[in-house]
Amino acid sequence: MDLLIAFAKCLVSLLIVLQVGVILLWVERKGSALIQDRVGANRANIFGGILPFNLGIVNTLMADPVKLFHKEDIVPEGADHFLHWLAPFLALFPLFLTYAVIPFGDVLVIGDTTINLQAVELNVGILFVLAMVSLGVYGVVLGGWASNSRYALLGGVRGSAQMISYEIAMGLALVAVVLTYGTLDLQAIVRAQGDLMWGVIPAWGVFYQPLALVILFIAGMAESKRAPFDLPEAESELIAGFFTEYSGSKQSVFMMADFVEVAIVAALVTTLFFGGWQVPYLYRDGFHFPGGFSIAVPSLLVTVLQVLSFLVKLFLFCWFQILVRWSLPRLRYDQLMDLGWKRLLPYALANLAVSAVLILLLQGWTVRS
Amino acid sequence: MIVFYLLAILSVLSAIVVVVHRSPIYCALALVNTLFLIAVMFVLLDAHMIAFLQVIVYAGAIMVLFLFVIMLLGSPDEPASAERPGLRTVVLAAAVVLAVELGAVVAAKPGGEPMAEPPSYGSTQALAERLFTTHLLSFELTSLLLLVAVVGAVVMARRRA
Repeated sequence: MDLLIAFAKCLVSLLIVLQVGVILLWVERKGSALIQDRVGANRANIFGGILPFNLGIVNTLMADPVKLFHKEDIVPEGADHFLHWLAPFLALFPLFLTYAVIPFGDVLVIGDTTINLQAVELNVGILFVLAMVSLGVYGVVLGGWASNSRYALLGGVRGSAQMISYEIAMGLALVAVVLTYGTLDLQAIVRAQGDLMWGVIPAWGVFYQPLALVILFIAGMAESKRAPFDLPEAESELIAGFFTEYSGSKQSVFMMADFVEVAIVAALVTTLFFGGWQVPYLYRDGFHFPGGFSIAVPSLLVTVLQVLSFLVKLFLFCWFQILVRWSLPRLRYDQLMDLGWKRLLPYALANLAVSAVLILLLQGWTVRS
Repeated sequence: MIVFYLLAILSVLSAIVVVVHRSPIYCALALVNTLFLIAVMFVLLDAHMIAFLQVIVYAGAIMVLFLFVIMLLGSPDEPASAERPGLRTVVLAAAVVLAVELGAVVAAKPGGEPMAEPPSYGSTQALAERLFTTHLLSFELTSLLLLVAVVGAVVMARRRA
């Protein structure tokens, strides 16, 4: 029974990340069209002759992956076959694993069993996320190197330099958050955000660590290698950067990794700064508003509302990243390094130092679980 | 126990690959694999914190820099080191010394019984308590050493530019 529950939880978190990835593909294609005043993906029309209406989103969701997986898989001459094959998987799988520690709900109570809605309960969840995100670099480096192509190599080198640089600022921003909540466990951090500040405002991380939020968001976008940080795949200079020499399903795995990374940044921001699955004023037995007004809600409905709340926040921040990606021009390489090392890093360090001193001075200010 | 032996065999195998493989990229990747497997062993010992720090610092940062340098400097076909008989002798001598030392340690069997520690001894709290009380001086000295290295790197980069 326990094994079955564990399996189901892993399946749910894997499905969440896969679905988010595929839906983002559609949001990206249609959203970019909207921003650039185009119609966007409009060629596919599944069952067009049979159904009287167009299936819309379903067309993109089905036609795009099917098209990508039917293309010929080309390995360039002189490429290292094994590493060329391995790189896309190294880019994608660590990112899938990351989702295992993201809590997508509080607890599901069925009869006597209480299920913690988090695929893997790990007391060092944040470190796990950092470790897995840092392993994603290997896909980029090896993809660039194994292709035996100058463009791909340049993309790979740029990508690894960028990811290592921004990881530091990201880590330091996370340390400030960890200090605030006094735990590395993501579920405990989300639980702590269920409290209220002065009895009114939800104690979400965004109110305690606004600077850390900004740093984490920027560094996270840089980690996902998308515009304005898409130098590793800058199409006007490097064709497609580290995956220039990839085609068919391997190329689509790299594309998927990009979207999954967007989803991970959104999940981290949601979990650490916007209360994760918390709905303001909703507790396990129902709503308790500040004025003393309460509405009782059945436990199952509470769980559903919380999972929905997590998904809505997740999509909101994914959407925001896509908005940024299609709004801002690409940074120059020196601007990229300046932003990482001379702005984000000092700000993150200062934020950490100030937070540490403040927490020491006002011991009661911190939220302890 | 089976998991431990499986991990041990795999990590020794990939450590051998580090030494014998001709392509520097594969050597570096095998080293990443070894470090990762050792991290899994730390997980088996309930030391999650150390395990993930190992992955973040060694596999995620240091080895990426190794790959970076290999990619920028080396051509993929070139064997790891050119034939230099002097170097080979030194390496062999160092290996023999290390083997003798390890043998001596194993023969002396220090400690005897395994330590009876609660499973929480590898937790972040326990680790932090040891680090900031018993080992505070060495911790601070290490951070000073790292700071000196960082400042040194910046100074050298400045001079070059």
